[in-house]
Amino acid sequence: MTEFSLDDLMRILRECAGEDETVDFGNDVGAVDFDQLGYDSLALMEASSRVARGFRVELPEAELAEVGTPAEFVALVNRSLRRQGTAEVRAGG
Amino acid sequence: MTATVVTGIGVVSPNGLGLERYWAATLRGQSAIRRITRFDPGSYPVTLAGQVDDFVVKDHVPSRLIPQTDRMTQFALAASDWAIADAAVNPAELPDSDLGVVTASSSGGFEFGQRELQHLWSEGAGHVSAYMSFAWFYAVNAGQIAIRHGLRGPIGVFVTEQAGGLDAIAHARRKVRGGTSLVLTGAIDSSLSPYGIAAQVASGRLSPRRDPGEAYLPFDDDASGYVPGEGGAILTLEDAGRARERDVRIYGEIAGYGAAFDPPPGSGRGPNLRRAIETALADADVSTSDIAVVFADAAAVPELDHAEAAALAELFGRGGVPVTAPKTMTGRLYSGAAPLDVVTALMALRDGVIPPTVNVTTAEAYGIDLVVGEPRPLTGSAALVLARGFGGFSSAMVVRSAAAVRH
Repeated sequence: MTEFSLDDLMRILRECAGEDETVDFGNDVGAVDFDQLGYDSLALMEASSRVARGFRVELPEAELAEVGTPAEFVALVNRSLRRQGTAEVRAGG
Repeated sequence: MTATVVTGIGVVSPNGLGLERYWAATLRGQSAIRRITRFDPGSYPVTLAGQVDDFVVKDHVPSRLIPQTDRMTQFALAASDWAIADAAVNPAELPDSDLGVVTASSSGGFEFGQRELQHLWSEGAGHVSAYMSFAWFYAVNAGQIAIRHGLRGPIGVFVTEQAGGLDAIAHARRKVRGGTSLVLTGAIDSSLSPYGIAAQVASGRLSPRRDPGEAYLPFDDDASGYVPGEGGAILTLEDAGRARERDVRIYGEIAGYGAAFDPPPGSGRGPNLRRAIETALADADVSTSDIAVVFADAAAVPELDHAEAAALAELFGRGGVPVTAPKTMTGRLYSGAAPLDVVTALMALRDGVIPPTVNVTTAEAYGIDLVVGEPRPLTGSAALVLARGFGGFSSAMVVRSAAAVRH
């Protein structure tokens, strides 16, 4: 089953919302608040729309609102993918 | 209350990026009007425009702001950066409630809007950018400039078509007079996309000509409408006393302003441009003989040119004051036109030279002394800028040279 990675997320964020050239957290970026990375609520809305289309996954808005860091976003996506995968199996797909 | 002065300037013009390049090109009579390259205008009634072709967005706008901004906002952000640097001011050193921005806009972000509408209708709502929620609004330039520079004082936008450029500067002056330490103002418009051009064509005022040398001819027997352009100018306004304390270079003063609105067609009453001019002169406490040059609105629509020429003839006498329209080199920049004319007026007063109007052979019937061909020496310390907006707006502004700024 598809796994959504931190790299996938950062790539999508860069594509749809640019990036703040003055910050570089390297591999630790997962734990950094989106605010610090320069991504506001619209940037996340835009990113989640791309993820939803690209990975064919629905991201519940209420859960998305709780997401504060890239790692949390990635976890939400993979949780949602697993939920969907389980639902498809149960539906006999 | 002391005078309100201009301390910083940022210009985005089809014939020059940045103040120095723009002014040098303008004195040379260098026109940037050519066939539109943003899309193929072949099947459109309008094929010419003044495009800004040398603006590489990633050189001037932070990466994070690029996906969320229309071209006009990218220009405005760059111009605001340049104006602030030019004013040698660091907004972070002032209380943010003491900093403001008042801009104008004629069309908002048409290019961005068109793209997202295309996504909506060809791919569905899920494919529309979240940034469409603001990127094409009239107010977005003011908003993005305010966010970028931390301006939390007075903020506003004027939407009075081409007159808006002067209305915004006048309102910024009100805010400076009211005590705000620094107010950015001016305007940038850019609407050179298929949707944008189609909307403009509907006004019936655009020239259908295909030869750049023959398309935009104000005050000429061969006038056929105007050519659109993109760009404009952002200025920083401050109180003269504060500017002197800061020991910053002063470009000149926003000395007077007047605005009027035309009566409805068929009312039997004429346009009110004359009243706007008289109000501006009185506000600046100058008489017509103090005006060294008039920067015309120059619609190149005969009826509008006659109204403008008539107002000038009535006030200044036939041929009574030099008139010029350097916008014949850039196209009409909508809300950006008048701020750029204000900048050009300040340069003309500073350097003692009137830039030319290009391609025009002045028709005798208009009774105006149009500066054509070559720049002309200027004597005097005040200039008048006119701007008329589609739908009846008329605004006039008097600017004074730095040397003549009142204490």
